[in-house]
Amino acid sequence: MSVAVTTPVPTPTTSAPARRPKLRRQRLSARVSSAGLNVAVVALTLAWIVPTLGLLINSFRAGGAFNTSGWWTALAPPFNFTLDSYRAVLGASDLAPSFFNSFMITIPATLIPTAIAAFAAYAFAWMKFWGRNWIFLALVGLLAVPLQLTFIPLLTLAVKLGLNSGNTLPGGLNAGFLAVWIAHTGYGLPFAIYLLANFFRVLPTDLFESAEIDGAGPVTVFFRLVLPLSVPALASLVIFQFLWVWNDLLVALIYVGGTPEVAPLTVTLTNLVGSLGQHREYLTAAAFVSMAVPLIVFFTLQRYFVRGILAGSVKG
Amino acid sequence: MGRLTRILAAMAIVVLGVTACGTSNTAGGKIGGTVHILGTWTGAEKDSFDAVMKPFTDQTGVKISFEATRDLDAILQTKIAAGNPPDVTAAPGIGTLIKLARAGKVVPLDDKLDTTELNANYGADWINLGKIDGKLITLYAWAALKGLVWYDPKAFSAKGYQVPKTWTELMSLQSKIVSDGGKPWCVALESQAASGWPGSDWVKEIVLSQSGPTVYDNWWQGKQKWTSTEIKQAWTTWGQILGSNGANVYGGKQYMVSTTFGDGGQGLFSSPAKCYMFNQGSFITSFFDGYTPKPTAGTDYAVFPLPDVNTANTGAHVVAGDAFLMTKDTPQGRALLKYLATADAQDIWVKRGGGKIAINKKVSLSDYPDAISKSLAQVVGDTKIARYDAGDLMPSDMQKAYWGAVLKFVQNQSQLDAILADLDKTQVTAYASP
Amino acid sequence: MPVLQVDWETLVSVNLPTLLLVIVAVPLALVGYIVGADVLVRRLPKRSQASVRPWVWVGPAILFVGVILVYPMVGTIVRSFFDRHGSTFVGLGNFTRLLTDGGILIVLRNNLLWLLLYPGLVLIFGLLLAVLADRVRYEKSVKTLIFMPMAISFVAMAIIWQFVYYYKDPSEPQTGTLNAILVNVFHGQPITWIQDPRFNNFALILIGVWGGTGFAMVILSAALKGIPGELLEAARVDGANELTVFRRIILPLMMPTIVVVGTTMVIFALKAFDVVYVMTAGNYNTDILARRMYSELYSAGNNANASALAVILLLAVVPVLIFNLRQFRAVESRR
Repeated sequence: MSVAVTTPVPTPTTSAPARRPKLRRQRLSARVSSAGLNVAVVALTLAWIVPTLGLLINSFRAGGAFNTSGWWTALAPPFNFTLDSYRAVLGASDLAPSFFNSFMITIPATLIPTAIAAFAAYAFAWMKFWGRNWIFLALVGLLAVPLQLTFIPLLTLAVKLGLNSGNTLPGGLNAGFLAVWIAHTGYGLPFAIYLLANFFRVLPTDLFESAEIDGAGPVTVFFRLVLPLSVPALASLVIFQFLWVWNDLLVALIYVGGTPEVAPLTVTLTNLVGSLGQHREYLTAAAFVSMAVPLIVFFTLQRYFVRGILAGSVKG
Repeated sequence: MGRLTRILAAMAIVVLGVTACGTSNTAGGKIGGTVHILGTWTGAEKDSFDAVMKPFTDQTGVKISFEATRDLDAILQTKIAAGNPPDVTAAPGIGTLIKLARAGKVVPLDDKLDTTELNANYGADWINLGKIDGKLITLYAWAALKGLVWYDPKAFSAKGYQVPKTWTELMSLQSKIVSDGGKPWCVALESQAASGWPGSDWVKEIVLSQSGPTVYDNWWQGKQKWTSTEIKQAWTTWGQILGSNGANVYGGKQYMVSTTFGDGGQGLFSSPAKCYMFNQGSFITSFFDGYTPKPTAGTDYAVFPLPDVNTANTGAHVVAGDAFLMTKDTPQGRALLKYLATADAQDIWVKRGGGKIAINKKVSLSDYPDAISKSLAQVVGDTKIARYDAGDLMPSDMQKAYWGAVLKFVQNQSQLDAILADLDKTQVTAYASP
Repeated sequence: MPVLQVDWETLVSVNLPTLLLVIVAVPLALVGYIVGADVLVRRLPKRSQASVRPWVWVGPAILFVGVILVYPMVGTIVRSFFDRHGSTFVGLGNFTRLLTDGGILIVLRNNLLWLLLYPGLVLIFGLLLAVLADRVRYEKSVKTLIFMPMAISFVAMAIIWQFVYYYKDPSEPQTGTLNAILVNVFHGQPITWIQDPRFNNFALILIGVWGGTGFAMVILSAALKGIPGELLEAARVDGANELTVFRRIILPLMMPTIVVVGTTMVIFALKAFDVVYVMTAGNYNTDILARRMYSELYSAGNNANASALAVILLLAVVPVLIFNLRQFRAVESRR
């Protein structure tokens, strides 16, 4: 996210997309049967949201009710809705600190891998060096590493380095946070590099050639051309990395632990339910409480998914 | 910071010699510091634990740092392997703990607890249960009773059914219900990653009361084959309860495997009753409380212990309970375990309900919050042969295979021999030393 | 009442400033690293600059990946050739034992099923939604709704899908969406979707597809937005219909991204874990490699078997990698 905003986006690209789609769309509606298009989109979307809709409606019903009747029956009178599940979730004593802890874990664990991946992806896409393709392939292959197998060796290493949860770093920070940032960075990098390198690689060659003629070095090219032109890719990467870390339970439990002063939201919400599944209905409301932040991130970053960033850079 | 001071404190104690810890940790001495506990309690159980811990923190100044996970096996093994164990672990099953204890990763409690007091207050069964290879490794602070049959007394009296006292009476009640056109049993086995365990309870209860404690002990210790006559007989006896193709169970085999165990009791309370008896542990009342309309203890539901299959083993009961152990030797951890063994601590637990029964004999029957829990405590008190949940004693992979076998069995009882042969295969590898 | 109150003072006085510091300092440090390192590189003789510079850019990534992923994997690969105590070399013993075990056939069959269905369906739906949503005014809403399943943590997954797949006895009203439709609309018998071996693998894969499509859609949509509008308009002016535009322009230009998403999905299908772990724990013939590995590791405590399964997973990825190598060589030759 920050990587993207550190360089100002060239002005013409920000105004162009606003006008262009409109023009295109008018023409498009003339070509395609827009009714068919709309029906297809709406039908697919509806099919997709049915499970979530069921969850949403049941989150406003008593646990006993949704065990005996389907969620759709709640849409007919008598409307027996209740806020009990939300009350239980929002009233959880450790909710506020765990929200904070989730940010504490997620923001650095998103920023660091995104930035490091962007550097590496740039080199993989546009620099020539010994073993480039093989190293890149190895990175992609590492996507298949089952994370569970890294826990014991890495936690052992962290403990040896004093990065176990409960130790305090200079400045008062719990060392577990640093450990979990590093772990998530390593876990996230293969996909991040793979995705970004793909987007960087297809940037038009003439851009780089003309930049080189202008005497711009790689650092300038990276910050002034590559990043601004890859904003949609960066935005999607940030969304996914944020989401994965935000929704993670196991990695956090291993490296920072589940005590209230460090536990992220996922731990606190899971712990609302009894160990044998008593009050499972709380999970319905918990899902929406936990979903709110990633959805806000998604919604905010959606505006970077615009056409025309490359406008004018390619000759038709 | 807390950890460092704790480590320093622990080292100081070691340096000062054993004399210091023998006396200073008894109630009254302020120890301070924090004790880090790893367990599985969440929701209301965690609230109960907090209530139990409050007087301890007040007395000793030791703060409680509790970490809950449903993946205890994974988290505990990882933390221990990485050299970062919690001070105290509270585990619902000890299969994994036995392995860890044999690998020397657990602190024996023999010289850490006051054994004279423990012997005075605890039944020998409960102390022996905590012993692995002769060393006291785990401590139990409460028990839950298994093998309880829940029923609706109104439904029983409407049909003129009597609570069965013997296995024969149970069998004739079962046939009577069937001939009346009803379904005798509610059985629900779905429990996500642990699906099948409620059925495994049935089998182990039958093994204990049918073939007795020796067979039972050999069985969980991996010395009795699953294909042996005794174990196979227990499965077929359960098969008679279920009826062919689950005919004695409401909804049959499809309902059994797909219904969440907590919802399994719903059938008792519908009118007319969909099923008349539901075998579950004492904790199940916490699920009854979530039903709409909420059934009332005593009027809407009551309980009787599953009758003895073989009268030679009268008074045999399967119990469960969380095992406490020290995964790191700290003065705070020792103080905590000592406290948990006291009647004071167990009294708080018992009073908060949830089907927990005290193990310390000094806890009075009058402290139980309602008639049902009082009667369960009475059953535990009268128990002649108490055996801990066999599944929870088995190695984790044996236990999971056992649960999976239950699911296969209810779907096709004729496959029993193949299912048991598979379990024997798992038994060979599961008990191999780690 | 919790015995240990959360220490808000520490949170606010220590963690919050640290978080703010990290948000500011980490990007600064990383930008500073690149700029500073480049200044140093420029001081080198011209000839060595080109060979040193790439390592400055990939260095941090290689360091992190080396420690976090490669180091544990080396240990894993070594352990896969030793017995469960890690003391005796057994060669391929773990592999032959695992692969000759009767139960493994079901596991491999299920992984194959995941491999055949999951990436393909995710790609088709993701591409369809990205392309179609691009043309409607309510694109953002559509994309948010499709993306939503991704944002639901796997803790809530079981309960969501219980509302879809739950089975009730035919004598009772169905509470699961699918069975309610089956019974009320089609007058059929309810099905135990998760337990019935005829349906359950498909039911589980559907859960995966439902969650993964948002992922594919977002990335494919980002690629779609990167296609210059002029190109499309030029084609349309030339009289190409929408299908031709899609096949001749959009699809080829998006191909590298489709390969990326496809590769990622194939790897995700190979290491699929969450859905099966939560919904069936591998029962009812639904077990897959990654869940099997997890139970070998934590239930059986058999590190050797778990490692061997991980190595099998890694080897299974090799064909996909070779395909990728060809793909990006092709992109480069077009430059």
